[in-house]
Amino acid sequence: MKESSRRGFMGKALGAVAGLGAIGSLVAMKKTWDPLPSVKAAGFTTLDMSVFTVGEMVTEQWRGKPIFVMKKSAEMVAKQTEEQSARDIVVNGTSYMVAIGLCTHLGCIPAYKQKEEYFLCACHGATFDSAGLVTKLPAPRGLDIPPFKIDGNNLILGEVGPEWQALKDNGITL
Amino acid sequence: MANFTKATSVKDWLNQRLAIEKVEKVMASEYWIPKNINFLWAMGMILAVLFTLLVISGIFLLMYYQPNVDTAFVSVNYTIMSEVDFGWLWRHIHAVASSVTFLIIYIHMFTAIYYGSYKKGREMIWVTGMLLFITFSAEAFSGYMLPWGQMSYWAGMVITNIFSLGDLQFNGLVEWIRGDYVPGQAFLNRFFMLHVFLLPLAIMGLIGLHFAALRIPHVNNQDGEEIDFEAESKKYLDGDKKGSKVMRFANDFMSKDIMVLAIFLIFFFYLVFFHYTFALDPVNLDPADGLVTPAHIYPEWYFLWSYEILRPFSVNIGLIAFGFAQVIFLLLPWLDRSPNTVPASRRGLFKYWFWLMLGNMIALTALGKLPPEGMYSTLGLISALLFIVMWLALPFITKNEKKA
Repeated sequence: MKESSRRGFMGKALGAVAGLGAIGSLVAMKKTWDPLPSVKAAGFTTLDMSVFTVGEMVTEQWRGKPIFVMKKSAEMVAKQTEEQSARDIVVNGTSYMVAIGLCTHLGCIPAYKQKEEYFLCACHGATFDSAGLVTKLPAPRGLDIPPFKIDGNNLILGEVGPEWQALKDNGITL
Repeated sequence: MANFTKATSVKDWLNQRLAIEKVEKVMASEYWIPKNINFLWAMGMILAVLFTLLVISGIFLLMYYQPNVDTAFVSVNYTIMSEVDFGWLWRHIHAVASSVTFLIIYIHMFTAIYYGSYKKGREMIWVTGMLLFITFSAEAFSGYMLPWGQMSYWAGMVITNIFSLGDLQFNGLVEWIRGDYVPGQAFLNRFFMLHVFLLPLAIMGLIGLHFAALRIPHVNNQDGEEIDFEAESKKYLDGDKKGSKVMRFANDFMSKDIMVLAIFLIFFFYLVFFHYTFALDPVNLDPADGLVTPAHIYPEWYFLWSYEILRPFSVNIGLIAFGFAQVIFLLLPWLDRSPNTVPASRRGLFKYWFWLMLGNMIALTALGKLPPEGMYSTLGLISALLFIVMWLALPFITKNEKKA
């Protein structure tokens, strides 16, 4: 009796220590796969918004992802629907379309058709209008707007400013 | 301790220590295979040979390949292909063998479905086989990343994005798998590790299990006949080789196997030397560029059917359909409610189910390669729905099957 309870205790003690070791190694393995600090630190890009030309879709880069930027004239803004205007980013009184250029379906880059003014994703056939709103499946939502902070004429991508927070809170972007 | 005597020969010396004669009997000369089989029973051996070819060619590629985003592309497309003597040979063998492995896996799978080789104690053979299919798929995908061309990069982008699971938005999980916001150095390095070590190790273990699962129920035969292997093997060993329903694995079965294998290898090396381009997509001859998606991206032919099941739906439904397609084959032994273990041709409605499923998989494969526009979108949707409906209908059409 005494013998078997002693063995039972030793078995449980061994199990407990081995279990802790297993959990510890799983934590270490998970963290080893995390993005490195150097990768995270490189996650900010500053764009000088005054250099863009009206009506031209330009591709910038942030965190290795393409960022679509288009400066809009007052007439272009006036023609927009309310839903489209809600996505505009206003820097120094000028409206811009800024969005991550990756299809919200599975991440291909939609191509911009300059003449017809819409995006077409070649991978699975989704389309977006020039404001980045989704117009054809299978994309589940419009193009995401990267977190930004407005600083004078500059747009700092990767930092969360009040304007982006408002877009997020209103459900306009994720 | 066992009693060791002075050895009379090298064989006797080894026999005392390793029981090599006994091992040879268990593994080969007294491992019994039914006689009532056809060339489709040689696919397992062909797959074993293909895997060996992949390992050998892989070892030679590994000596020059560099898992670095700046040098990977050049190390494959220049160093291995042009500088290394016969480097092209290993790459052609590796690329063609990986593609053809899937062709043979599909033949092997559909042979098993046709002859009911997943029933009556053979469930574990089927399950380990399907696990091998999944591991081979992961192995193929991780290997596809390594040349770091445009198709590598964008396939990596799209496939890892699947893990965000649509509206569940597990973007943290996707970044964790990549080790970066987009596929980069960390991504290439870890997929290199998976491709050359962890996944091959898992495949080897699963192959062992797949073979072990065969030992007790034995190999099926063309009529699904339940053979008394003990009585039949005794008949064989007593001299009635002709009357016995079984034969030795080696050399009887092996000699038939090697015949089929030899014919296959003629076809295989024809592809390696004269028709290898089908396995080396020209889009991947452009180095990876995170700012340009190729005009059409599509997976290798062997993934097209499941890709086409993902494509016609909105993201969430598409992912559910895709997940369904990935696991449903695994459940076949339990979805087929009929106790009949006979060829599909003698199984009533299942006969039509089998041929329609095979035809639909081929249709999905063809549609997956075409751009998702107009009529092809509609046909793709119909085929994908048909695939799902057929699997859901399987328990009902097999339940009332007459005893064959």
